[in-house]
Amino acid sequence: MAVYEHLYRAYEGEQHTAWSRFLVIPRYALREVFKSKIFTTIFILCFIYPLVAAILVYLHHNVNALALLQINVRELLPIDASFFRTFIEVQGAFAFILTVIVAPPLISRDLANNALPLYLCRPLSRTEYVLGKMAVVVFLLSLITWVPGLLIFLFQASLGGFAWLWANLWMVGAIFLGSLVWIVLLALIALAVSAVLKWRVVASGAMVGLFMVPSAFGEIINELFLTRSGHLISLWVTMNSIWRGLFGLFERRVGNVRGTVTNPIYDEQFFDIVLMEPPLWASGLIIAFVCGVCVWLLARKVRAYEVIG
Amino acid sequence: MTSVIELEQLSVTFGKRPILRELDGALNGRAIGLLGPNGAGKTTLIHTLLGFHPPTSGTARIFGQDITRDAKQVRSGVGYMPERDSFIAKMSCVHFVRLMAELSGIPADHALERAHEALFYVGLGEARYRPVDSYSLGMKQLAKLAQAIVHGPKLIILDEPTNGLDPPTRNRMISLIRQIRDGGRARILLSSHLLRDVEECCDEILVLNDGYIAANCNLEEERKANRKFIELETRGGNRVAFVEAIGALGCDYALLGERRVKVIMQEAVEISDLYRLAHDNEVQIRRLNFKRDSLEDIFLKAMETTDGRATDGRL
Repeated sequence: MAVYEHLYRAYEGEQHTAWSRFLVIPRYALREVFKSKIFTTIFILCFIYPLVAAILVYLHHNVNALALLQINVRELLPIDASFFRTFIEVQGAFAFILTVIVAPPLISRDLANNALPLYLCRPLSRTEYVLGKMAVVVFLLSLITWVPGLLIFLFQASLGGFAWLWANLWMVGAIFLGSLVWIVLLALIALAVSAVLKWRVVASGAMVGLFMVPSAFGEIINELFLTRSGHLISLWVTMNSIWRGLFGLFERRVGNVRGTVTNPIYDEQFFDIVLMEPPLWASGLIIAFVCGVCVWLLARKVRAYEVIG
Repeated sequence: MTSVIELEQLSVTFGKRPILRELDGALNGRAIGLLGPNGAGKTTLIHTLLGFHPPTSGTARIFGQDITRDAKQVRSGVGYMPERDSFIAKMSCVHFVRLMAELSGIPADHALERAHEALFYVGLGEARYRPVDSYSLGMKQLAKLAQAIVHGPKLIILDEPTNGLDPPTRNRMISLIRQIRDGGRARILLSSHLLRDVEECCDEILVLNDGYIAANCNLEEERKANRKFIELETRGGNRVAFVEAIGALGCDYALLGERRVKVIMQEAVEISDLYRLAHDNEVQIRRLNFKRDSLEDIFLKAMETTDGRATDGRL
């Protein structure tokens, strides 16, 4: 099949290792993603907060700089678990925005153009196909969440000394695990939406709706029934609870509501309701359930051809 | 020698609806034509061979490798050109074909070279930097062929490759398929509604009807077998004496109407013998046809079987 000979010939050269073949998918997809100027701009903006965080860490350890800027060190945010939890929360929000931009066309475009048979007729399983698409999201979100998070942690450790590192080493796990759970959740939801809806705009809208609508509904439940159980249907709050749990900042009791009710028989009665956040295990269960539903949807939808029995 | 495709009691059911029913047989041709009316199970058979649908019972082997157990090895050696428009949007054709080559296991630099070669081979060399979604139907078909052959598979599965093509593009497609077949480096499984395409490209056919194998025969052998079947149109002379003389040579014959004679020739009998006997009996041979079953005859005979099953598995 040489260009000048125009003959068909078999390929007899070396081959990729079978396990790494799915990585071809993110390589091509990332090339496409970075062709978009809007995406590239937003991606760069995602590094502003890590930069600010790094500057804060630097200022904490540089007396000259503090003096120059006339800032008291006590006015700065302390570099502790709360600092890193805030970092993960802020970067988590950026991760959501990136996912809404990048993920919806990943599978929907292949479905719309009947490209799945072309992938799946090759030595690539359905699982590997989904992993390849997921790798696009995981790679991009990792670059803005746990990778800069750990770099800032190392930066602080290098300035704070061995004692600080030893006392806070557990935070490495919290930063990595907290980011990873969020990344996997976002990636699975986005891919499931992409597999169900063929139109990019609709898929992006559905992705935003899935996070916003239940959150709003949850708040209505909380207000009506004087509870915090409504947070269980809000993925934002559920994830926040997990982050707080990982950084040792989770408290179930978040306050109480005091008031009076007027009863015609017993006159005025006081009530005092303690507001309790759902337990951490319930939040974990919700996240696992949502991930399970997404995997089930992907297993149903990612097929070379849909069979109507 | 290992068969190209072996079917072993292969059944596929969707819900409660059987689509393929206990298919058995071995296909060995250089180019195998897969024929059958709509809903016969052709596409399902192809999809099952590619591992898109799991067999309900039985199995199949491609070059001796089980389609279920060795699915990845099977797919490494197979190229597939789907029937419907299939491509990756917003990608130039050369990148599309390169991606397909890489997914088949070819390293990136070799894949790029192979993609260029494949596109030149199918005749899309000049248009290879254009996005596939901007191609005409004919060009998309050729791009699909390029992605099916880019990794140099041992078996190329073509599902309706000439669908919707204008005559020149169809001829180009048929000529490419024949070139690949004659090159001998890859076997072809060609599914088509167009008997002409199959007749021009294939040397073996598998006819499916209602999920059963209605016929499985080697076209070359059929043609050879029927080469000795001759139809004569005669005028004048002693026609009865003429056919009796043919019978005396050991050939079977049949009189059709007043002028036509059907003769099944024997090994030792030559055409010149017929002319000699005609001359001896003052019979004029106005027309002499080597009659053979056309693919259409074979196909129609296969369709005549009541439940789709061939009586003895072969025609």
